[in-house]
Amino acid sequence: MANDRRAQLLSGNEACVRGALAAGVRFFAGYPITPSTEIAEGLAAALPKVGGTFIQMEDEIASMGAVIGASLAGVKAMTATSGPGFSLKQENIGFAAMAEVPCVIVDVQRYGPSTGLPTSPAQGDIMQARWGTHGDHPIIALMPASVRETFDLTVEAFNLAEELRTPVILLLDEIVGHMRERVELPPDESVHVVNRTKPVEDPETFQPYKPGPNLVPPMPAFGDGYHFHVTGLAHDESGFPTGRGQDADRLVRRLHAKIQNRKPPVARAEEWQLEDAEIVVVAAGSVARSARAAVREARVRGIKAGLLRPITAWPFPENEVREAARRAAAMIVPELNLGQIVREVERVSGGETKIVPLNRIDAELITPAEILERIQEVAAHVD
Amino acid sequence: MSIEELLERYTRRDKLPHIWCPGCGNGIIMGAVIRALDQAGVDQKKTVIVSGIGCSSRAPGYMKFDTLHTTHGRALAYATGVKLARPELKVVVLTGDGDCAAIGGNHLIHAARRNIDLTVVVFNNDIYGMTGGQYSPLTPQGSYATTAPYGTVDRNFDLCELVKAAGGTYVARGTTYHTRMLIDLISAGLGHKGFSFIEVVSQCPMYYGRKNKLASAVAMLEWQKEHAVPVKAAAKLTPEQLKGKFVIGELHREEAPEYTEVYAEVVARARGEEK
Repeated sequence: MANDRRAQLLSGNEACVRGALAAGVRFFAGYPITPSTEIAEGLAAALPKVGGTFIQMEDEIASMGAVIGASLAGVKAMTATSGPGFSLKQENIGFAAMAEVPCVIVDVQRYGPSTGLPTSPAQGDIMQARWGTHGDHPIIALMPASVRETFDLTVEAFNLAEELRTPVILLLDEIVGHMRERVELPPDESVHVVNRTKPVEDPETFQPYKPGPNLVPPMPAFGDGYHFHVTGLAHDESGFPTGRGQDADRLVRRLHAKIQNRKPPVARAEEWQLEDAEIVVVAAGSVARSARAAVREARVRGIKAGLLRPITAWPFPENEVREAARRAAAMIVPELNLGQIVREVERVSGGETKIVPLNRIDAELITPAEILERIQEVAAHVD
Repeated sequence: MSIEELLERYTRRDKLPHIWCPGCGNGIIMGAVIRALDQAGVDQKKTVIVSGIGCSSRAPGYMKFDTLHTTHGRALAYATGVKLARPELKVVVLTGDGDCAAIGGNHLIHAARRNIDLTVVVFNNDIYGMTGGQYSPLTPQGSYATTAPYGTVDRNFDLCELVKAAGGTYVARGTTYHTRMLIDLISAGLGHKGFSFIEVVSQCPMYYGRKNKLASAVAMLEWQKEHAVPVKAAAKLTPEQLKGKFVIGELHREEAPEYTEVYAEVVARARGEEK
């Protein structure tokens, strides 16, 4: 099933499968959960064909554990889940962050809390993606808004995970996961694929957690003869547990720094019609689609509106939002939750502009008309 | 191989001495695992030792292999991922009674059901030692623990029966008293293709013993000697005669398709390499 240039009709979940294959995934462990199951189904069929392995584990926790084990054995590994399963995976996601195990976790967000409305859309896991596992861990979370972008960001999720030795979360929502769009996927050979750096040192003197120049330690696989130790306990460069606070401090600060210092920055956002915008809509994932339509319509009506779309939920695109806040008279933040992205916008903008939330939690999507109406209300007060 | 040679070849000597309390059985079990690995002739470079959380799970840190100290209860899940990604690796899981039978119980059942080629050694000291002496699913009913000041109410598991029922294809029980037998049981498990499971009845004089009138390691080892019945002898005894005793030796062995081998057939089928 090679990618070709012919246009296809794909759902976001299907594009995620295709992106994972293009990135070189060779292991998937998961547990059935709506609305992410199509990703497991797609990889159950595709992975054996490329010599990879699919397994449906006994629960969500085991799936995350198996993914980490497979990655340590040297293969690119992923899982896919939704809100309740994402909650169950959190402890092991923290292990992957602490032990620096590359892996990709797809969370197709659904309505919560708890079992909620399993087939209905929401963006309620943005803060869970950031803070779901305990302790001061760093995290990367990507939020595609289209089927094609789901393909691209799945590849990028693997690339970032491999380059930075870190878990990466692909934060879809039910709309992006299930909607179908016409897409043209790039041929496999033109997809930029990153593989983890392997050590070149002698196994006798090798320090498994001694960082390279980009603060990321080279990573051998189990069976390569390095006899290295991996633990979720705070450890020093030898990889063995340390009881010393200053070693733990150095480790956790490096985990953050390797992501924060990465060039080009991991954090990024799309800016659309922003140059002269007085009213900036900040929206991510499926909501950004309605926001774009609303901005377009506002421009037709003579309102200087623009769209700022975080592509990375985490790290949050602080510079882009701060800059936009400095120039805008107001920022509108529509979300399918009671206010999660808006907290970041408020934090980053530091009172430079008026922040207007727009929240919906009735299991329906936010329409362009609703956002346009809010833009018009705000514009009336600005003028 | 002399003990000096074994230590040099298979342990990370700079990580010793270990953290375990005086009289603890964990060192005996780790020693038996190392001797069994040597006896079974496994390739040290192609062997991964995986553990969960607890006293037992610190053992891999002292062993010169690729070693993985995971989250509490999840050693079998991580080990499953390692084995599936690289079936040529020998994967050994070291776990404790709390780690394996309580928080990790679901993974134990399903790993056994799959008959995936992992060798599991359970350090059963009847107690949560790392957290200071709380009762586990293997604590004998009526025993005392810091969380059972009036004696445990819970009935205790027979883990070997559980694993056998779940589909494990090699099941054995040993003790830290019968060390030669223990080495042979683990070695046989390592040689078995499929899910092999060895429960080791061990002693925690510090937290189980002190609460239960078994104040020394010697007293606890003597208790093992007096209460363990070899499987052949047990066959001649009535359930009434076996009451209060436990059976040691190879309890179950059968041949069944192994998971990664069956999955290799799936790969061949998906690639159209079969008719």
